[in-house]
Amino acid sequence: MNVLAATRTALRALRKNKLRSFLAALGIVIAVAAVVATVAIGQGAQAKVAAQMASLGSNLLMIMPGSISQHGAATGSGATQNLTRDDAQAIEKELTSSVSALAPMNRTGAQVVYGGANWFTQVIGTTPAYLEVRGWPLAAGEMFGREEDAAAAKVCILGQTVVDKLFGEQPAIGEQIRVKHVPCKVVGVLLAKGQSSWGQDQDDVILMPWSTLVRRINGSQSDAVGSLIVSARSPQSVGPAQREVTSLLKQRHHLADSAEPDFQVRNLAEMQNAAQEQTKTIALLLGSVALISLLVGAIGIANVMLVSVTERTREIGIRMAVGARGRDVLFQFLTEAVVLAVVGGLLGLGLGTGVAKYMAVQAQWPTLLSAPVMGATMLLAGLAGIAAGFYPALRASRLDPIDALRFE
Amino acid sequence: MDRSEIGAAAQAVPVVQTEGVEKVYAMGDVKVHALRGISLGIDPGEFIAVMGASGSGKSTFMNLVGCLDRPTAGRYLLRGQDVSRFSRDQLAQVRGREIGFVFQGFNLLPRTSAVENVELPMLYQGISGRERRDRATQALEQVGLGDRVDHTPAQLSGGQQQRVAIARALVNQPTLMLADEPTGNLDSRTSLEVMGLFQDLNDRGLTVLLVTHEPDIASHAKRVVVFRDGHVVDDRRVTDRRLARLELQEGAA
Repeated sequence: MNVLAATRTALRALRKNKLRSFLAALGIVIAVAAVVATVAIGQGAQAKVAAQMASLGSNLLMIMPGSISQHGAATGSGATQNLTRDDAQAIEKELTSSVSALAPMNRTGAQVVYGGANWFTQVIGTTPAYLEVRGWPLAAGEMFGREEDAAAAKVCILGQTVVDKLFGEQPAIGEQIRVKHVPCKVVGVLLAKGQSSWGQDQDDVILMPWSTLVRRINGSQSDAVGSLIVSARSPQSVGPAQREVTSLLKQRHHLADSAEPDFQVRNLAEMQNAAQEQTKTIALLLGSVALISLLVGAIGIANVMLVSVTERTREIGIRMAVGARGRDVLFQFLTEAVVLAVVGGLLGLGLGTGVAKYMAVQAQWPTLLSAPVMGATMLLAGLAGIAAGFYPALRASRLDPIDALRFE
Repeated sequence: MDRSEIGAAAQAVPVVQTEGVEKVYAMGDVKVHALRGISLGIDPGEFIAVMGASGSGKSTFMNLVGCLDRPTAGRYLLRGQDVSRFSRDQLAQVRGREIGFVFQGFNLLPRTSAVENVELPMLYQGISGRERRDRATQALEQVGLGDRVDHTPAQLSGGQQQRVAIARALVNQPTLMLADEPTGNLDSRTSLEVMGLFQDLNDRGLTVLLVTHEPDIASHAKRVVVFRDGHVVDDRRVTDRRLARLELQEGAA
């Protein structure tokens, strides 16, 4: 009996008991749908993270003040104020070979007012290099300069969201707004950047010279910076830059080379990798759950095939009487199990694709359907069918034709 | 192969030749001797009825002749070929090529059309789909069911079902037709029709072995063999043979 004839016979046999065949295949349907949908969602998320990281600039280093340990109680990172503008200047001056730009960052939340409109937003105090480091151009106006930072000039750059909230369609450049109690002149507007990878609105921000924020708005005389963002010259120089910054800062902070640093240098590429690893782990987890459900689906098929073999003992006897060899009967039932699994797999493929597409449209989750994964899943479903069908088929093939014919 | 060819060439070679065939079943610790040395020959073109009470060994004999089982001792030559030591798979192939079975309970596949039932033996001989369909349709026409090819067993009467079974037994052009109580589930008129069909086939050269416990049915054969306790106790020519076609015509007239 050839494969085509066997498949036709199998399909006919399965059609005779549609409900049972469907229930037998349901496990496989759900398993394959789960694999396809979860992998699509997982890979979509991975691709999105990668794209967002790339938009952030993969050459970035973040330097944050470290934690300190006082009487055995460790504080969180950023609790100290041991990173200063002098540190920033030193890096800028001494590490020109690996670092292309650097900007200090201090943040504060502030109420901003223009005319009758007001809004609460994040204010970042920084230097002109910030735009270069973030790779973030202006939509209009001009960036403040170093002189304005030195003079703590009352100027600011608005993010698109702040412009919308305060000015609506009105022109913003040249207008005076109040940030807390300090009047500031709007000199530029940032290009809209959209959401960050964790869904934060990056355009809901105001930039101003570092000293304006720290001295005038925060009223502080401290030189401590909240963090430094550093742009390495190239993706290759991220590693050297990270090492050089670490050793320079240790030296400036009077720490031995072997000592724990009192600051942290984070590499965005590493963060990106960590994020990738995380999505991979989740995908792996989902994948193994899906594989387990595939196993359960296979057990369902095995169960139904065993019942089917018992029920069709007489049919097996008839087939043997008219010339079916053991291997013909084995092949027939094995084909039935595989057809069941493959049809279930195809239904699952459709269902999984549907779910993934639905997620993409309705929940705005990025999904990525992968043909190799679909192929591999179908292959697995087929193998599950063979595994599930083998024992029942073997039992069928070993029946004695005389007993089988007598079976009631 | 043409029937007349077989008839001419096989005069010397019996279809069935058993030599001291024994069959012993182990029922727990007890050994049951179902057949105690059967030596029997069946020539081409014979129509032989095997009779006996239940437990006489006639069913065991039929299973051996039908290559569904192997003898414990002795030899069984089918068309001169010793099949008594064949493997299960070899026996299956011999059944497919040489033997046509007709059973008391028809044994058709349920919810499967007549023509597909008849195609079944050809499925295991590697015959192409188109040829299977053609030959199955022909076989159904031969048994007078040309207009019922797409009916399932449930849509056919008992007599029609048995005709489908006969068509299935014929379709691989077997050497030997084995009929195990073929009229057991049929009323007397339908029985007569089925026996008429067997006699027609036999007239065209097919060797038929009929197992029955009804002397009425057995008298349609040309030769009767009687089994008792695993022995052949009688082997005689039928002198007063019933001819089903004739009786049917008389009944109609």
